[in-house]
Amino acid sequence: MNHQLKFKNMRTGDKIFDILNYTLLTVIMVVVLYPVLYIVAASFSDPQAVVSGEVFILPVRPTLRGYEAVFKNKKILTGFANSVYYLVVGTLLNLVMTMLCAYPLSRKEFRARGGIAMFFVFTMYFSGGLVPSYILVNSLHLTNTRWAMIIPSAMSTYNMIICRTYMSNSIPDEMYEAAQIDGCTPWKYFLRIVTPLCKPILAVLTLYYGVAKWNDYYTAMIYLRDDTLMPLTIVMKEILIQNKVDMTQIGDASNLAKLQGMSELLKYSTIVVASIPVMLLYPLVQKHLVKGVMIGAVKG
Amino acid sequence: MGKQKQKIYNPDPKNKIKSNNWQFWAIIALPVIYAAIFAYIPMAGILIAFEDYSPRGGIFGSDWVGLKWFKQFLTSTSSVRVIKNTLILGVYSLIVNFPLPILLAIGLNELRSVKYRKFIQMVTYAPYFISIVVMVGMMMQMMDLRTGIINVLLQKIGCDPVNFFGNVKLFRHVYVWSGLWQTAGYSSVIYIAALAGVSPELQEAAIVDGASRVQRIWNVDIPAILPTVITMLIFNCASVVSIGFDKVYLMQNSQNSNVSEVISTFVYKIGMVNSNFGFSTAAGLFQSIVSFILLVAVNKICKKVTETSLW
Repeated sequence: MNHQLKFKNMRTGDKIFDILNYTLLTVIMVVVLYPVLYIVAASFSDPQAVVSGEVFILPVRPTLRGYEAVFKNKKILTGFANSVYYLVVGTLLNLVMTMLCAYPLSRKEFRARGGIAMFFVFTMYFSGGLVPSYILVNSLHLTNTRWAMIIPSAMSTYNMIICRTYMSNSIPDEMYEAAQIDGCTPWKYFLRIVTPLCKPILAVLTLYYGVAKWNDYYTAMIYLRDDTLMPLTIVMKEILIQNKVDMTQIGDASNLAKLQGMSELLKYSTIVVASIPVMLLYPLVQKHLVKGVMIGAVKG
Repeated sequence: MGKQKQKIYNPDPKNKIKSNNWQFWAIIALPVIYAAIFAYIPMAGILIAFEDYSPRGGIFGSDWVGLKWFKQFLTSTSSVRVIKNTLILGVYSLIVNFPLPILLAIGLNELRSVKYRKFIQMVTYAPYFISIVVMVGMMMQMMDLRTGIINVLLQKIGCDPVNFFGNVKLFRHVYVWSGLWQTAGYSSVIYIAALAGVSPELQEAAIVDGASRVQRIWNVDIPAILPTVITMLIFNCASVVSIGFDKVYLMQNSQNSNVSEVISTFVYKIGMVNSNFGFSTAAGLFQSIVSFILLVAVNKICKKVTETSLW
């Protein structure tokens, strides 16, 4: 990248390459960005303009009625609150379990670590599958409770291995020896030295786990039945995919065309509201992303 | 004095290790119990695939039927179609979603403006974090026959509107190319990182030798990232049969079920909707065995051909 000549000094072939490359990447960038911009613009537009296809990139006759409808819809609000609950409690448990598992497996002094590591890695390649898991969760009386969303997915082996690799590569053994001489036990060393040093990898894992929790609808579909427990993804599935919009909650619309416009607008606004938490998290962790991917690739 | 000091600061290493190991066990106890219950107990449930499961009899008390469900899965026309759909969708995804992120990474690596590169990277990674429900919802909104923006634009330039979700023939294309839209940026991260590790001396030597940009990409960059590419290829090949449930299930409708039914959605419908536990478990087991065999086989081939492998 840095050993390139100034553009005017390059040969013709390389100039053409550069121009093509810039054009192509700009096109790709626009193709990726445009749908997102369109959704946001549509969510702020007049319902009639959305249905008749007047919106292209900027909101047409801007209004907040879509968002009003979202915040009037009880199902969406309950779903949002449930999703936040599953996200916070689930991700916290994920992080604690991952750290508890990764730390002993990263220490050479732990003699059983080879066997224990195999014990966990095997679960990555082989699992009981849908029905046996359902029977287990059901016989533990976890179905149709909040725990069903949290406990069966308490840890991901893949993420645990990323964490372990990070610990054994970036924390030198000498540090442990020094701490040991000062009378530090493995438990204290874990809490006071390893955990603070793991902040970058914890950021990456929070993103991975958090996004997985927030976006999960499969678990809820299998284990949950009550409307009051459903996460936002299930509510959105009903609204966006199955087109079940509760018309009475939309309110002021009087005729059919207006109703249809409002239900379309509601969809766009729901999409935006549902994506806000992840999009807020994303810039904070984006710089750690490459690191996480690289550690994961070292030992898959 | 000297001896005493040694005793305090440097105790017998064996004793030290022994006395510390129980602490490690205490720390890891919770994850081990978790894995034993939620990963290993369901593995015992695989027995259901070989029996006529009844809730009263449970896993160990139901009647044995041997390989009945496997025979049914591999011979009945509906499930053979499911296997075929899974393979076609998997291979099509692989062909599109594997090489294009590599090209994207190479293109980004050649961008001269670092700021612009960072910006494009940020934009292209983002869709990966959009939830599948939102993703499919967005597609349905934008590809709607009447009000979708894509059809509005198509009509503006004088084309006929396309019924993306109603046309059976388009299901696979919509599935695969929308997948590319969502994951291309994120999949390219690993190659970008590998390209950043290419030694500058090699690049400079190539420039001195008069290599053009394309020649440098071909002869310096690509050989340097080849091990990464092969590792990723092994993983991608292994997942050809394990098409994820989430997106396919949401994209399914009565019109496209002929081509959109794949093993994972089939397992769900047979098991959770029709409550045929034995058949469902057998189908799921078939899928995980085949993907494991694929992983081992592709790994072996790669080892022979290129000397790069996972293990």
